[in-house]
Amino acid sequence: MDLSIFLIQCLNSLQYGLLLFLVAMGLTLIFGIMGVINLAHGSFYMIGAYMAYALSPIVASAFGGGFFSVLIIGLVLAVILGYFLEWAFFSFLYDRDHLQQVLMTYGLILVFEELRSLLVGDDVHGVQPPDFLAGVIPLGDVMTYPVYRLFISAVCLLLALGMYYIFTRTRLGMMIRAGSTNREMVQSLGIDIKLLYRIVFAAGVALAAFAGMISAPVSTVYPGMGSQVLIICFVVVVIGGIGSIRGAFLAAMLIGFVDTFGKVLLPEAAGVLVYVLMALILLWKPDGLFKTS
Amino acid sequence: MDKFFSGQFLFVGLLFAGLALYPLFGSSYGLDLVSKIMIYAILAMSLELLVGSTGLVCFGQAAFFGIGAYIAVLFSPESESASLLWLLPASILAAATYALFVGALSLRTKGVYFIMVTLAFAQMAYYVVHDTKLGGGTDGIYLYFKPILGSVIDLNDAKVLYFFTWVFLVWTFVFLAILLRSHFGRVLAGIRINEQRMRASGFSTYPYKLAAFTTSGGIAGLAGFLFAVKDGFVNPEMMSWHLSGALLIMIILGGLGHLRGAIIGAFAFVFLQEFFKSPAIFGDFAKHWQLGLGLTIIACVALLPKGLVGLPEVLRKRLYGSRQPRDAQVVLK
Repeated sequence: MDLSIFLIQCLNSLQYGLLLFLVAMGLTLIFGIMGVINLAHGSFYMIGAYMAYALSPIVASAFGGGFFSVLIIGLVLAVILGYFLEWAFFSFLYDRDHLQQVLMTYGLILVFEELRSLLVGDDVHGVQPPDFLAGVIPLGDVMTYPVYRLFISAVCLLLALGMYYIFTRTRLGMMIRAGSTNREMVQSLGIDIKLLYRIVFAAGVALAAFAGMISAPVSTVYPGMGSQVLIICFVVVVIGGIGSIRGAFLAAMLIGFVDTFGKVLLPEAAGVLVYVLMALILLWKPDGLFKTS
Repeated sequence: MDKFFSGQFLFVGLLFAGLALYPLFGSSYGLDLVSKIMIYAILAMSLELLVGSTGLVCFGQAAFFGIGAYIAVLFSPESESASLLWLLPASILAAATYALFVGALSLRTKGVYFIMVTLAFAQMAYYVVHDTKLGGGTDGIYLYFKPILGSVIDLNDAKVLYFFTWVFLVWTFVFLAILLRSHFGRVLAGIRINEQRMRASGFSTYPYKLAAFTTSGGIAGLAGFLFAVKDGFVNPEMMSWHLSGALLIMIILGGLGHLRGAIIGAFAFVFLQEFFKSPAIFGDFAKHWQLGLGLTIIACVALLPKGLVGLPEVLRKRLYGSRQPRDAQVVLK
């Protein structure tokens, strides 16, 4: 492996890790903070990717197009969806056994998958990146690297920093962290915990959908793309330590590198490496890398 | 003894009797379907021992199931039938051994971490059969000669296989029902409710949990053996996390904390699938069967907090007891 291939693989690992972090961050909010075992998280990612595909012709005819207007409209729709879902399907489940939520989110996966099939069909679609990001950057003499992948990495990094700031430095972040520790106490201090949870849930859905939208030009849009992402996201959140954003970031990077380099160096064992990694880390640190409580 | 004839045992007894009589009038398709469901019911009960009775949510049950199935096929000779006498114990033993190994390590963790470690070990087993030549790779392997026991039991006959499965379904239910009422089972229940307190009262909980985990793996291996023999075929999908997930869904749907919940859940889950998939009822819409299944599951969560097991209770309240809560409200005001 010469230097330029090594560099490209590093960039790929970075981009995969960052994207993973973006999806996993939504799961950290919903699963890590609110404690909802959300199997439908992959579906939210899938919905985002399909929105990037389905919205662009509609947006093009209404506003004259634009990649960023699609992103913004998709984001708004995702927030509305998340807000509605929490109200309709989750608000009455918090007092019940956690496994009831598993059943609920499993039902939602099936419903979303079929609604997708009814509305958009079962075909595989490609999404074009916007023109100004469609180019490539030369690396060395023969290698090139697509600009759009760099763009994804940059956006993910910015969002990661933004989330970290909101979470650790603002009043909202403080309320969320307090709510995850003791729901009743926060409520008795006069904070509307129901509204807070609804916002957190909507934000989690929006993050997953955003990750889906932004990765659509790279990964193509296909049925079942949600379940591919789902398990790996849980792996990220759990390795990092449930509820820890720093941990999720580190875990996503770790998995990005292990998975990408595993596929290059040990193609026969690539699939299993991530799980071996998880088992080893959890046996070494039974509460993940960064324990929060 | 009168508890023995109460509703729950009566229900299970009638169910088993009905299943025993089914081959008299069932079609060969129906026989195959019901055999499949009975195997899932055994598998679901093995998971119920962990999730509902001990409070250990295992997300890797498919691995033990798959190992039992793969051993049944890999250890069968190519040109003749193997003897049940050693093949069945070999399947169970192999699955239980892997469960002992997985349990010994993963029981160091708790809660969601435990869920994910069991998933990790199941995925490792999955990738071993998926990516290596050991188990025929993604194509799977066929079992041409099903095991026999002398001239008494010949599993190549579908009806014999049906009754063979039925016997093990009843055996698993009775075995687990007795186990859960024994000293061992009461300790498991104690661990589920408050492990800290169990330790404080002098129980070393780890060996109990490990024993439950290994037993559960062995029973899952039994189910895997039956499935491999029924289909005459194994492939890596038997070990995928989708099956582990579906099993969890079955026992939650049926109602956690009750053995019969696992059986009811397995039947309900597969029947609902078959119902919504049926072109005779839904015509062209049958290909969107997941929509109906998903909505039914959501309705179950909303209306039946205790799963399908709680259905009679909910109905009783609706029919007879609806006045009582309203009166109570008046008093409160």
